[in-house]
Amino acid sequence: MSELVVRVAGVGIYAPGLTSWPLARAVLLGERAFEAADPPRPTPVALPAAERRRAPDSVLYATQAAAEACTMAQAEPAQLACVFSSTQGDIAITDYMCSTLASLPRELSPTKFHNSVHNAAAGYWSIATGCRAPSTALSAWTDSVGAGLLEAALQTVDTGAPVLLAAYDVAATGALRSVVPFDCSFAFALVLAPDAASGTRLVLRAASDTGPNDEPDLDWARDLRARNPCANGLALLQALALGAPQRLRIGAGAHFSLQVEVAP
Amino acid sequence: MTAYTATSAAGCGVDAFHVALRERRGGLRSNDFGDAPLSCWIGRVDGLEEAAVPGEFAAIDCRNNRLAWRGLQQDGFLGQARAAVARYGADRVALVLGTSTASIAATEEAYCDLDLGGNFQQSYRNFLLHSPHSLAAFVQGVLGTRGPVCTVATACSSSAKVFAQAERLIRLGWADAAVVGGVDTLCGSVLFGFNALQLVSDEPCRPFDITRRGISIGEAAGFALLERADRYQAAPRLLGWGESSDAHHMSSPHPTGLGARLAIGDALQRAGLSAAAIDYVNMHGTATPANDAVEAVVVTETFPESTRASSTKGWTGHTLGAAGIVEAVVCLIALEQGFMPGTLNCIQPDPACGPQLALANIARAPQIVLSSSFGFGGNNAVLVFGCGGRA
Repeated sequence: MSELVVRVAGVGIYAPGLTSWPLARAVLLGERAFEAADPPRPTPVALPAAERRRAPDSVLYATQAAAEACTMAQAEPAQLACVFSSTQGDIAITDYMCSTLASLPRELSPTKFHNSVHNAAAGYWSIATGCRAPSTALSAWTDSVGAGLLEAALQTVDTGAPVLLAAYDVAATGALRSVVPFDCSFAFALVLAPDAASGTRLVLRAASDTGPNDEPDLDWARDLRARNPCANGLALLQALALGAPQRLRIGAGAHFSLQVEVAP
Repeated sequence: MTAYTATSAAGCGVDAFHVALRERRGGLRSNDFGDAPLSCWIGRVDGLEEAAVPGEFAAIDCRNNRLAWRGLQQDGFLGQARAAVARYGADRVALVLGTSTASIAATEEAYCDLDLGGNFQQSYRNFLLHSPHSLAAFVQGVLGTRGPVCTVATACSSSAKVFAQAERLIRLGWADAAVVGGVDTLCGSVLFGFNALQLVSDEPCRPFDITRRGISIGEAAGFALLERADRYQAAPRLLGWGESSDAHHMSSPHPTGLGARLAIGDALQRAGLSAAAIDYVNMHGTATPANDAVEAVVVTETFPESTRASSTKGWTGHTLGAAGIVEAVVCLIALEQGFMPGTLNCIQPDPACGPQLALANIARAPQIVLSSSFGFGGNNAVLVFGCGGRA
């Protein structure tokens, strides 16, 4: 079975009680208490002010986490291929589109329409950072975190260059709340690098067993996971914070999981 | 590529599509979709309203999955894909599908029928039915794959990018075979959305014509089975792929086509070929004034005069997230049937077009072909295919 070895060069996060990686790391280590309040709308410096006002929440969350990870990795965003991964994309935009289509379809906003594509966050990011490297936008339903991690690691190993992964989902809005069980927004990002000789390494393999995926070892983290599937990433983020060798099973699709070794 | 198929307004399955291309018979019709249709032309696949998916998938029955089901049944594709799953083992077959609409039509329907509390009626309360991954989940259920599975949703480049992702999975040892493809269906979001952007033509789309007035939206399903080339010498092959971002605008192309040029260059480099080796280019060619103007210049400046280039959207309409796979199938038909399709509905070419632009079909067999797909967000993907038997 093939394995992918990558280094985690940068981490970013924007989520309830976890509005930066240094804060999240301290909370995951138990050095600080978790405060569950929803954070303010992020104001990612990576986006120009006009775009920050116009962009949907999903774009703000994703780009906030992405920019933090790039800064930590000392990576130039314009040079990084990027993988954006999300279960649902921007639910508020979907709610707007479907509400308007049900009432006044000929009055649909052209800007909201182009913001409705699943790759809106990847598009805003590449435009704001001047990135002409490949970008993609994925979904594997509630296993989008694992599917994005696999694709980012594959690209890192294939190209021998760092790759940005941004995983995000936003709270459900409007009538979609009756079917999409997301009641908070959550984004995290990793910069993966191919030079795995030093630093925190991840070794990815296809999981051969059929057991359950790993949960974070913290009540508040499990609560967040129930509120937003992007928080599936917390098991990995906790392992990165602890810095001890660990083996995790992360869902990457129906009937398909990754076995991830975290090796500090 | 050991199996492939496409279903669109231009025909169900490769044989029907081939005949439509040969006979220059387009599939566009005056818009008859929905209750208060816009005045435009569409590429609609008939009979989906009466063709539910198999009962075990009733919870995610929707127009998009119905079209996926119709598409899987053409050209024996379903049997060949299931045979690959049996041959390699379910966990060694990846599934990577592109879509832009996915099942959003079902969400639109649910919003037209909310209960008194403003919530979805019980009959619509299935989370997966309202997710972009509904297509891949359905096809995975039908095929029984248990390997890597992923939806690529980068608007109109989606089902071209799936080839790149699947090729990486196979080459780096994560799968022995991959089913790729894409499905997009007509729905209010895309018809009224592109209308809001003033990109929809009130007549059948006329790619690269000087008086073109915009796109005709179509729906389509297409699939291909990728296996290692060394096992199947005679099968047509994926020689290269290229990807890039425009970094310019969410819904307008870069003015000089910089991202398109980067993706073409990336694909040629990966294939180890020069632009002079490309016999035929299937252009993105949506028939919007801006897209075609930029792409015409890119093709004129990138390829030699001997290369032939066309847009086949006059046959199918712009099938958005399915355009990549539909046009990959056009390229495979060109390779295997020995001709190059021209550009339907283009009468007077835009002067920006070079001698590469083919209006009429050309009765010459291409050996190496290239397909371009460009999407919103400035997302670009280019594929290069060649005949079987090449080293």
